Amino acid sequence: MADIDLSSVGKTFAGTPALQDITTRFDDGEFIALLGPSGCGKTTLLRILAGFETPSSGQIRIGTREMANAQTGVNLPPEERNIGFVFQSYALWPHMSVRRNVSYPLEIRRFSKSEIARQTDAALASTGLEAYADRMPSDLSGGQRQRVALARCLVSDPCAVLLDEPLANLDVALRATMQGVFTDFHKRTGATMVYVTHDQAEAMAMADRIAVMDQGRIQQFDTPQTLYERPKNRFVAEFVGRGTVVPVQEVTQAGGARQARILGAEVAVQSARAEKQVSHVCLRPENLTISESGDLRSKVARVTYMGGKYLLETVTDCGARLFAETRARFDVGAQLGLTITTPWAFSED
Amino acid sequence: MMSVAQQNGGSRSEARLLSAILIVAICLTLAPVLRLFVEGVTDQGSPSLTLMRDVLAQPSTLSALKHSLVTAGFGTLVSLVLGAAFAFLVALTDLRAKAALVFCLMIPMMIPPQITALSWTQIMGPSSVLLKTLGIAPPLGAPQPLYSPQGIIFLLGIQHMSIIFLTLRAGLRSIPQDVVEAARISGAKGLRTWWQVVMPLTLPSLAAGTAITFVTALGNFGIPAMLGIPAGYATLPTLVYQKLAGMGTTVLAEVSVLAMLIGAVAVAGILLQRLCQSRQRLHLVGSTSRPLALPLGAARLPVEILLWAVVFAILVLPMFGLLATSLVPAYGVTLRFDTVTLASWYEVLFRQPVTSRAFANSFGLAAGASAVLVMICLPLAWLMERRKTRLARLFDSLLDLPYALPGVVLSIAMILLLIKLPFTEATLYGTIWIIFLAYLARFFAVMFRPVQASLKQFDPAMDEAAQSVGASLYRRLRDVIFPLSAPAAAAGAILVFLTAFNELTVSALLWSSGTETLGVVIFNLDDSGETGMASALAMTIVFVVIVLMALIQLFSRRFPKGVVPWQT
Repeated sequence: MADIDLSSVGKTFAGTPALQDITTRFDDGEFIALLGPSGCGKTTLLRILAGFETPSSGQIRIGTREMANAQTGVNLPPEERNIGFVFQSYALWPHMSVRRNVSYPLEIRRFSKSEIARQTDAALASTGLEAYADRMPSDLSGGQRQRVALARCLVSDPCAVLLDEPLANLDVALRATMQGVFTDFHKRTGATMVYVTHDQAEAMAMADRIAVMDQGRIQQFDTPQTLYERPKNRFVAEFVGRGTVVPVQEVTQAGGARQARILGAEVAVQSARAEKQVSHVCLRPENLTISESGDLRSKVARVTYMGGKYLLETVTDCGARLFAETRARFDVGAQLGLTITTPWAFSED
Repeated sequence: MMSVAQQNGGSRSEARLLSAILIVAICLTLAPVLRLFVEGVTDQGSPSLTLMRDVLAQPSTLSALKHSLVTAGFGTLVSLVLGAAFAFLVALTDLRAKAALVFCLMIPMMIPPQITALSWTQIMGPSSVLLKTLGIAPPLGAPQPLYSPQGIIFLLGIQHMSIIFLTLRAGLRSIPQDVVEAARISGAKGLRTWWQVVMPLTLPSLAAGTAITFVTALGNFGIPAMLGIPAGYATLPTLVYQKLAGMGTTVLAEVSVLAMLIGAVAVAGILLQRLCQSRQRLHLVGSTSRPLALPLGAARLPVEILLWAVVFAILVLPMFGLLATSLVPAYGVTLRFDTVTLASWYEVLFRQPVTSRAFANSFGLAAGASAVLVMICLPLAWLMERRKTRLARLFDSLLDLPYALPGVVLSIAMILLLIKLPFTEATLYGTIWIIFLAYLARFFAVMFRPVQASLKQFDPAMDEAAQSVGASLYRRLRDVIFPLSAPAAAAGAILVFLTAFNELTVSALLWSSGTETLGVVIFNLDDSGETGMASALAMTIVFVVIVLMALIQLFSRRFPKGVVPWQT
């Protein structure tokens, strides 16, 4: 087990930058999620960590070993990195049984026969696959295949486990079960795990910290709660959770408290201490309460039933679209008043 | 701390292996072609076009060129009519037993041309055993009708109709069914759909098939040799053969100009085919999952009977001719219960030392070529798929050349390259090795393309998964890539074996006493009047061919798409 250090890692494909200046550190034993829309560079970053791609700039260390360094041209091939990788397509070898798939990494490391058998059994047991050991991958369901893939990567005791959208091919119910499997696996092994996904619910549910990526850069790297409550910029605010970003005017500072004019209403805002100037706020449903006397007049444009509550998409008089949640039912076209309470403010160029 | 070079080992070992195999493959396939080109434009080491001008001005060259163009051109026309009719009917309509029909139509392509020629001469002419037995033989002294340009054209047409059939059928299958359905919804009926929708969409594949058929017919040696030499009608390949057989390597420079002439015409055909194929890719949109099956209605049974009758006439009838000839004690004797004898079979299979030697040679050459090509093509195809370097892409576009070029061209190129090995006085000419190397070059594409087709559908994550658990390049090739592409490699190996086992054109120019192949032996037996033995041997070979083809067919469901050439 080891921590992962990246410094100024960049990657260009045929002149187009896919990753730019990634400098960060994943601590030993952490469960990291790389979250972002498709094309944001998250899979490229994962494949660079695994060694399937070489970085165009920067360097990568895992533990004390230097894995890649664009300056010196060092690039350890994947087979020498001792990293586990779980593929979206599972990548089980169809010509080997479940047992052979799992024991193959040990065969390569030239373990003794008895040692291979012992460790393979342990890996199969810890993923609940003992009964399927002699089956072929084609006889397994999607969830079982993914568990074989997991057993295969944990059997060789890797220093980090990289997962590339491993649940994307599973149905919704199985996804929830497998999230539990991954979390348990992480708790038990204490392995450093880097998990790529475009599904924020998945990332929020499992990760200790999430790196939100866009256009080849890490936009924010924080715990799920911080990401949700204290987004650093417009992209994170809009990508994580349901939020509308609106500009603020006439910011006033009095002691530790900040006041700002938002959509015409005077509201107290929260922001990071280091932030000298704020320009925008993120309005989430939690920041909006519906009341007759609310100072923001708006009209209901769409109503979605969310089970136990309704999500209202409203349009204010000045044209901003805001999301509010309510237990009471409103009709489309109904007029209502909204009150904003302590939204999160940040500066955005 | 490991050194930089070692740390880079994994990806470097792939790059190194790729360059190493690529160099071997280029030396094998492209070096001979290049050597031939150099020979044609130089005279004793200095660039000169005098020799070329002299040879091209000879009347024999011009008449052979004319004969080649005429027979290949009209032969292609015959193939076009037969192959296109079969392709349209099989691909578009609701005929029954299509798989059996397709399999039978593939057999002519796999039967070596000299056997096709031999079998047809056995069912025509005054001394045909079959015709005599049936009592309908022409009177003695009447000419053998096949010993003529028309005979050559007819047999070339039959031999190569499968090529048109295959390319056109593949083209028809790539037509999205909704295109035809849309035409029918709009009110187009029967032939109108065919003429206004299907036909324009298939023109590129039809043109591509025609071009490649022409190139193949141009390079055919077996048929014009067996039919044309007795009639004194020489095409370019037979002219090269006659010159080289008559005067040996002293005319090497002269025949290499002839080879270049054939090569030039062939390359023009190949370029035309590539152009047509690239056009075809433009309109591959829509679902092609369900094959078209336009109902033939009441015409179905008559059409089926007609098609099977044609198959019988071109496939079964000549085989009866061969069989009849092989079962009589002497050529020309009528086949009756009291004259049936297996003497020719016994003689040719067990007594003649030259045939057993030829069996051993052909078997060794075919098996050896398959084995070596598997070992080269499998890692090469994999590495070329993984690392698309510029050199690899260039090689990919040229590697079909030794197979597409007429066999005569490759043979002359091989002689030029190996008659005097560089830096030594040794020669491979006259040994079995020159035939072996020529086979490796010629059948490289036959092995490489199926393997490549299967690896293109291979999930790269399979390899990366093995890489991430620590498997070296050698282990990955051995444990993951080889087992997963084994079916395709097996199909390729059987195809190489099949084609090499019967090969005549290349070995006819490269053999010498002791290194005869089966193709050469049949040719020589027939040439020396031992028609009965030639027929018995030919029947044996046809039998081996059909068994091997059936073997591929049997396992075809386990192969990825595009591996079995007659199922694409």
